[in-house]
Order: sequence, then structure tokens, then C-alpha cells
Amino acid sequence: MSSFGGRDVLSIRDFSPADIQLVLRTARKMVPIAIGEKRSRSLEGKILSTLFYEPSTRTRLSFESAMARLGGRALGFSSAEGTSVQKGETLADTIRMVEAYSDAIVLRHPHEGAARLAAEFTEKPVINAGDGAGQHPTQTLLDLYTIWDEKGSFEGQNVTLVGDLKYGRTVHSLAYALVELGTHLTFVSPPTLEMPPEILEQVKEKGLSFRAAHRLEEVIRDTDVLYVTRIQKERFPDPQEYEKVAGSYRVDMEVLRDAKRGLIIMHPLPRVTEIAPEVDRTKHAVYFKQAFNAVPVRMALLDLILGEGA
Amino acid sequence: MRELRVTPIKNGTVIDHIPAGLALKVLKILGIGDAVTSTVTVAMHVPSQAMGWKDIVKVEDRELGGRELDKIALIAPTATVNVIRNYNVAEKRPLALPDRAVGILRCANPNCISNVREPIESSFVVRSKSPLRVVCKYCDRELEDIVSHIL
Repeated sequence: MSSFGGRDVLSIRDFSPADIQLVLRTARKMVPIAIGEKRSRSLEGKILSTLFYEPSTRTRLSFESAMARLGGRALGFSSAEGTSVQKGETLADTIRMVEAYSDAIVLRHPHEGAARLAAEFTEKPVINAGDGAGQHPTQTLLDLYTIWDEKGSFEGQNVTLVGDLKYGRTVHSLAYALVELGTHLTFVSPPTLEMPPEILEQVKEKGLSFRAAHRLEEVIRDTDVLYVTRIQKERFPDPQEYEKVAGSYRVDMEVLRDAKRGLIIMHPLPRVTEIAPEVDRTKHAVYFKQAFNAVPVRMALLDLILGEGA
Repeated sequence: MRELRVTPIKNGTVIDHIPAGLALKVLKILGIGDAVTSTVTVAMHVPSQAMGWKDIVKVEDRELGGRELDKIALIAPTATVNVIRNYNVAEKRPLALPDRAVGILRCANPNCISNVREPIESSFVVRSKSPLRVVCKYCDRELEDIVSHIL
């Protein structure tokens, strides 16, 4: 039995660098199955519950697609409306009930810590598909896969995270994992949306250096991977201030003039105006591929947790 | 002879060596103020050889234990707790900060699952004992103002 058999996926912090490498290597083997070139029945007879207490179409469909590609089945709900949650059932009770119907549970929930609670009430593996402003480990894994697949390795890469680094949960988990994997980090954000001190502390604890900047132009020349996130309007009390700030972090051809040839641009999507549409046609743009990578990475996790090899 | 400011008690608990100024917080932890049926004596800002100044709380006819001691350890780890029976120290109860603080603190994050109606107790991992730093087991957030989140 691998170390993954029956395991919960609650936070990226539960993954050692070796665990992450295993998921990434397994994901690469899944690609031909994910695109329908090859067939697999490795999860035949297995059932995955997808409990989405708030809608997240992309995450839910990619889990269901991953399960179907491996010959398994998925059942569940895509929002809390019309379920027993509305009658006041606790999450703990729902989990105890669902445990009897399935082999693993994928949970998306608006409250932080929901997945950890769920894992306490079931013996079946729980996969966190986002808990409020907390963790979203499978997103981090697919981001890591994209970097590894495109660049070949993590060590020595200059990864620049740009946008809302204060509230964006994807960038916190990603920064944590990248530090573990030995990349150099650069943080670019408006002064009010800087990376929280506890993340900076972790980077320093690992003995790694990082750079912080307020302007993308200052760092684009040295960047190998540019990870762009959305700056949300609701973070700014003054809409004019938002327009000004958001505009100054927009990635367009002008910003990319000094970029390395091999630079890749990533974005967790959906994007609004952070990346100009003309960038889509450049070799730098990998964000749509990144979105596709959700399927092989989630297949890899499901297979490692539930499959024969598990 | 030096006059005793606080007289000995026959039965109960003496919490000594409380850092000066924290006696009222200890009372809050002990739930003193609501339905108290015995005498409680508080001495604040008492000279102490070891600490300079200290507070003392004496609760008559009540022996403290378990979670009450864990809570006191959170705010006053240097305090000593002596159980008194018939005017003698019958037991010294050591205060030890647990590695986990279960059911004694409330998470400050209103969106944490531990603040929702679920059949669980709050749970914090003690990251560091000096200075005291605790992190919610559920939402991973560090609790900034520990004293005001004691349940």
C-alpha cells in the first residue's frame, strides 16, 4: 500500500516534497487517459461523492471528469440549495450519511476548516476542494504540475506572484509549496495587498530569499514563471482607487517586452482584466493548459488514494 | 509580627504567583461572579521575592482541576495551585500548558467551522509556549488576543 492509500487531502502542508513529486509523476502518466487517447478502468466500481456547499463548476466538473476517466462514478450536489443542509443538518451528520454511499468524499464548503471537520467524522478519505478563505490543495497541486511540466523542475526557478497576495488563498498555499520545493519567490502587489507576514516568515525559515516589489516592470526581466491573480474590486472602498491599482498590474504586450523567451504566465482563472487578450496568443500563456491540468492531477490523486496500487 | 493581609483558608484552592494584574482574569476563568456559594479572596499587587509583584486568588470550598487549570496555564503559566484541606497544603497541582488547548478557547475567525453549530469542540495547537502562540486546528489561523477568547 502506498503512503497515499485512503489518505485525506486537506492542506498542501500535509504533503512532503516527495509526496508532491509522486502526484506530479502520476499526473503525467494520466494525460493520455485524460484526453481520451487511452482508457482506464482502475477505479471501476468506486464511487466519489462531490459535496459542493457553494458552486464551483470548474472544480466539480474536473473531479467528476477525473473519476469518470478512471472508470469510477461520481454523485453529489452542486450547491447547498434543496439539500438537507437547508433543513439545518450539520456537516458532521451529512458526512456520516454520505460515508455509507461512497468510497471518497470531495468537499467544497464556505467555512474554513470544514474539510478537517469532515475528516474527523469519516473513515473514508476526504479531499478538500476549497474551504472558505482557507485551503485548496488540489488547486495548488495543479499549479505545481503546470510549473513542473512546463519548466522541467522547481529548483532555481524565479517565480513571481502578482496581484492580491494578501487575501488570495491560492497564492498562500502555492508560496508555501514552492518554498518547500526550492524556488526563488518574488512578490508583486499593491502596498495594501502584500503577502501576509506569516508567509514571509516561512520563506525566511527555509533560508530562502525573496524579493518584494510594487511594480511588475521591475522584476519581469528575471522572471521564469509569472503567476497572476485577480485583484478583487470589493477589497477597495473607493472604486476609482481600484481602477487605478488594477490597471497598474495588468499584463499586456508592453509589460512583456523585456520578458525572458521562456517565461510562462499562469492564472487560476477566471480572469477579468489582469491579462490582456492579446497575451493569449503568445507562447507565454499557459493558463488554459493549467485549467486542463486539473483533470490529470485530480485523476492522479484519486488513483493514488483509491486505486489498486493504493 | 507582620500582619497577614490574606488569612489562611480551611478548605479550597490557593492560586499564588499570578502575574500582577491578572487576578481578575483568573476570576473570569473560574466563573466567579455568577452563582458563587463560597468565599473568594483576591489580593492584588502583593510584593513577591521571586516576581516583584504578584496577585493571589483564594477560593474556599472548591478544588480546581482539569480544564480550569489548563485555562489558567494559558494566561498565567507561572502560577502555583495548592489544594488546601484542613488548613494544610494537601496537594500541589502543577500547571502545565497542554500541547493542545481543547474546548477552552474560541476561534477569533467568525468564518471558522468551529464557530458554526457543529458537534465539535474548539481545538488549538500550541505552537510556542513562550511567548504563547496558538493556532486553530480547523482554520489554521493564529489566535491574536488569547485572553479575551477564553471560553
